[in-house]
Amino acid sequence: MGKKELSWRKREQFIEDNGIIYLDNVSKVYSKGAPAINGITLGIGKGEFVFIVGDSGSGKSTLIRLLLRELTATDGSVYVMGRDLAKLKHRQVPKFRRNLGVVFQDFRLLNDRNVYENVAFAQRIIEVPGKDIRRNVPTILATVGLAGKYKAKTRQLSGGEQQRVALARALVNKPSILLADEPTGNLDPKNSWEIMTLLDEINQSGTTVVVVTHNREIVNAMHKRVVTMKRGIIISDEEGGEYIDED
Amino acid sequence: MKISTLFYTIRQGFVNIFRNKWYSLASIATIAACLFLFGLFYSVVMNFRSIVMKAEEGVSVTVFFHCEKDMCESHTEGQIPSDIRIEEIGQLIAGRTEVSDVKFTSDEEAWENFRREKWGENYEAYSKGYLENPLEGDDSYEVFLSDVSLQSALVTWLESMPEVRKVNHSALTADTLSGANMLIAYVSIGIIVILLAVSIFLISNTVAIGIAVRSEEINIMKYIGATDFFVRSPFVLEGMLIGLMGAALPLWLIYGIYNYALTYIAERFSILTSFLNFLPVNEVFGVLMPVSLIVGVGIGFLGSIVTVRKHLHV
Repeated sequence: MGKKELSWRKREQFIEDNGIIYLDNVSKVYSKGAPAINGITLGIGKGEFVFIVGDSGSGKSTLIRLLLRELTATDGSVYVMGRDLAKLKHRQVPKFRRNLGVVFQDFRLLNDRNVYENVAFAQRIIEVPGKDIRRNVPTILATVGLAGKYKAKTRQLSGGEQQRVALARALVNKPSILLADEPTGNLDPKNSWEIMTLLDEINQSGTTVVVVTHNREIVNAMHKRVVTMKRGIIISDEEGGEYIDED
Repeated sequence: MKISTLFYTIRQGFVNIFRNKWYSLASIATIAACLFLFGLFYSVVMNFRSIVMKAEEGVSVTVFFHCEKDMCESHTEGQIPSDIRIEEIGQLIAGRTEVSDVKFTSDEEAWENFRREKWGENYEAYSKGYLENPLEGDDSYEVFLSDVSLQSALVTWLESMPEVRKVNHSALTADTLSGANMLIAYVSIGIIVILLAVSIFLISNTVAIGIAVRSEEINIMKYIGATDFFVRSPFVLEGMLIGLMGAALPLWLIYGIYNYALTYIAERFSILTSFLNFLPVNEVFGVLMPVSLIVGVGIGFLGSIVTVRKHLHV
């Protein structure tokens, strides 16, 4: 067995043991101030559903940005789907990101376009052929319960519906991992539950889901793995855990 | 690049222009104004150059040779050339690069030309009193130049020949025409450089505003996994389209104005056309059109690529 193959096998074993996401003693220090993330080690397995909770400034958003390879770690290594993100070349980043779906608190939809165009946009920019787009978009819109609203402009939709469009856009390219940064932050309790139920269904179908949230009620009710962060470090990581009140 | 991506890029290029229509219009108008000035300037310069070149074609140097004392009224001491040597000198002159044409005038022809000029068609009757040719021995070469700025060098070379008695030339005409040519060239380069710089700055600003307006969309594209090329190409195309439109508009205007001006001058000032040769529109546009389009698209490309690289960190 050659050296290269041995190294490849080691990495495969590493991913098998540690999961689809693995942060190995990772720190991130911005040019000014204290480290946003301070030596955390975290593994997330394939098909897991994980809540990342913590106060503002605890490092949750930095963690998401590291996973997206928007930032690179100051120290340690971030592995996503077996790839060391620090070794990823700039031109390889777009292809890497196609494995990830991202949903934000503020939806980030294109308000000058309708629902269909917003979702099709995600396929178009990764150069999916037109006939596939015409097949995939209605399917994913039906999955998120918006089949009847494909022509509506996003401004005409409720917050919950807008977040469903964002989810459809994140999922249409069939990502292995879905990262949701405060997906219910702008929603009322009813819509928040609907979105969380949808995320749970997406997870049931095999997608790894990582949700950053402040929503205590939902975290406590869903009995998923809960990773709690405080000032850049992980203070608890429990399967079926609860939102820890830091006060 | 896939065909669908190419169409997407083209469509987005137009969408950028329409979404940002006032800035785009301002850019198109300014580039159009710059290239309109350039086009007008070019048309005028080309015509002026053509007129100057015509004038240059008329500038000539006349070379006289030494001749025997009893044959030649304007005799001075010097080496008298044989007919063969005069022919050789004619060939030497014709072989020089700055010379476009050489015409030999014998003393007989010179006398006939003089009489014809002085007395018109009835010169024979008026010049009956002249029993001998007063210009006898005054064989000469009339030398026409392809570049008048080289006249003094030619004159110095001609005067250095022992057989040459006199070289007639007008230093003032040559210097004026040569100076006018140089002035036109320098002013043209200066104005064109300034106009190009202004145009690049304007396109760069328009594209920068387009990037700012679409920052949210660019951000989303980045998260979804769009390549640098995919994100940047519509903005580069936007710049090129603005440049193209900014070039096409003044070309269309100048074409109309130029044709109108030629017809107007021919009808109202026909006397001008007898000594000023204006270039036909096709001759001017044969160069102006490709140059304007290339310059328009080129500054569009340059302005946008610089801005995209500076402001669009994918």
